[in-house]
Amino acid sequence: MNFDYSTEQKEIKETTMKFAKDVMIPKASKYDHDATFPQDIIEKAWELGFVNTCIPAEFGGVGFCAVDSMIITESLAYGCMGMNTAIMANDLALLPIVIGGSDEQKKKFLTPFTEKPLIASFCLTEPGNGSDAAGLKTTVKDAGDHWVVNGEKMWITNAGFADLFVVYATLDPALKHKGICAIVIDPKESSGIEVGKPEEKMGHKCSDTRGVRFNNVKVPKENMLGGPGEGWKIAMKTLDHSRPMVASSAVGGAQCAYDYSAKYASERIQFGKPISSFQSIQFMVAEMAMKIEAARLLVTKAAWLVDNHQPNTQLASFAKAYAADACMQITTDAVQIYGGYGYSKEYPVEKLMRDAKLIQIYEGTSQIQRLVIAKEIFSRR
Amino acid sequence: MLNIFVCVKQVPDTETKVIPNSDGTFIETSSIKWIMNPYDEFAVEQALLIKASNAGATVTVVRVGGSKDTEALRTALAMGADEAILVEAGDNLDSYMIAKAIKGAIDKSGKKPDLVFAGKQAIDDDCLQVPQLLAQMLDMPSVSVVVGFEMNGTKLNLKREIEGGSLEVYEVDGPVLVACNKGLNTPRYASLPGIMKAKKKPMAQHSLADVGVTDADRRVKYSGFTLPPEKPAGKKFEAMEEGQRAGVVKDVVGLLRNEAKVI
Repeated sequence: MNFDYSTEQKEIKETTMKFAKDVMIPKASKYDHDATFPQDIIEKAWELGFVNTCIPAEFGGVGFCAVDSMIITESLAYGCMGMNTAIMANDLALLPIVIGGSDEQKKKFLTPFTEKPLIASFCLTEPGNGSDAAGLKTTVKDAGDHWVVNGEKMWITNAGFADLFVVYATLDPALKHKGICAIVIDPKESSGIEVGKPEEKMGHKCSDTRGVRFNNVKVPKENMLGGPGEGWKIAMKTLDHSRPMVASSAVGGAQCAYDYSAKYASERIQFGKPISSFQSIQFMVAEMAMKIEAARLLVTKAAWLVDNHQPNTQLASFAKAYAADACMQITTDAVQIYGGYGYSKEYPVEKLMRDAKLIQIYEGTSQIQRLVIAKEIFSRR
Repeated sequence: MLNIFVCVKQVPDTETKVIPNSDGTFIETSSIKWIMNPYDEFAVEQALLIKASNAGATVTVVRVGGSKDTEALRTALAMGADEAILVEAGDNLDSYMIAKAIKGAIDKSGKKPDLVFAGKQAIDDDCLQVPQLLAQMLDMPSVSVVVGFEMNGTKLNLKREIEGGSLEVYEVDGPVLVACNKGLNTPRYASLPGIMKAKKKPMAQHSLADVGVTDADRRVKYSGFTLPPEKPAGKKFEAMEEGQRAGVVKDVVGLLRNEAKVI
């Protein structure tokens, strides 16, 4: 047993936290207010190797393990949960290729991402299918020498800037999850893709979220990952990898709220004393510290299981649900500790509270995580 | 081939709350988070900029200090330095011993230094002595508080900040020691590929004895470490009514003269 990061992991933490504090935090409020896509931040992060960390070394990436990626994600979310979503969405979209793609597909689709700061989108959710992802309606039809994709996707992160879409579509909705395929679509080489207007959101405002419609989009045969009907398995494995990352972003956001709260509580004077001397405030801050540590340990174990090729479905759901719920509680308490100032946009914590809410919703709501956990428990009895 | 050396020091993170250790012989170091001295980051960056435009140039970073954490050297290697030398030593060396240890380490490397960079000062003890002592020992000129750097062959054009914000311009023939100030450049971040590459870069370790430093070299001995006395609470003077004011002014002037002794 060892709870220590390796020397390299400590350095990764150091350099990414420095980036979060020096580059991201000073711009987070402005990007949130203007709801503009953080292209310059993504490019800087890409140059330093913080983006697309899942790409294996033989295809030009750093080929980082899940624990390393977890450390990076926590730091970037500490800087800004919204900017991190834009960055993390790239990894989410490329993971299906890493997991289910052939070597030719990996070379063709992943390598360009190591040469330029390109953007990718993962397209699973539909207007009528969120939690019930296997009930998706987008279809893929065999048209002899190519596939044809038809349907509509919803809440697609990075869609307005995507150089690549990874789309889940079904051969026949009656086949349920057995009919689902994962297909790579290059918008430059395809016609019939309609990208909607940016959605106006409560938080993560700088990340680009849109609906995407595929109208008779022709896709080359070689763009299907893992063969017909393999898509569901690829999607589930992707989520096993990505849920610890999303959970880690909740830890980063919570840590940021905690740091602001502990500092503010020590400085804010009421009744002639810093408010940190009052038990009501102490308990809130103690609760924050405790939950952050617990969440981080869960996330670390969920990621460690990925790196050690062990099943992590249950742990990933533990981590995602616990960390997201903790982040919501902690950012809400941060606003409470700041009082009236906390509710004002002049101070940083109300944004954290708005951003935290999405982490309880995307990539499987906190309720879906509990369903996954219950299924893991009772399917073995 | 240009041989560039950079002196780096590991210092407590700027947010550290410094306290003396239990016997008052040094500061308590057990819970300190160590970082590279911020002024040394400018030194490393300048060395790397020169390396980028001079094929075959090598950058060697040298540090004197404890071996438990090697944060500063690893950061420099991850930023792009080629090799590192650590001279293992305790925390409470004086400036002369540190300078002599660095001189010894440079000699031991077998490379003749063409350029030596350092931060103008370390933010922990703020002695501002090592660069000048080291330059003397290396028998080369030194320029400190440098904010501008140009190099044409061995000719250097250095700008240093002087009081009032003016600049002094120096033309120096190398080899030279340059002690860097904020504003000289923008230090790069250690990239992830840089961190992975740094794992394979050589880091030599020497003891103080290896580089010819003994306790007889000590010029300064710390007699003790204590926190400054706590500031007494301020005094408040009430003068809400016209009639009280003359008396208050008299009291305040009296205290400033007799107690604070500032007028």
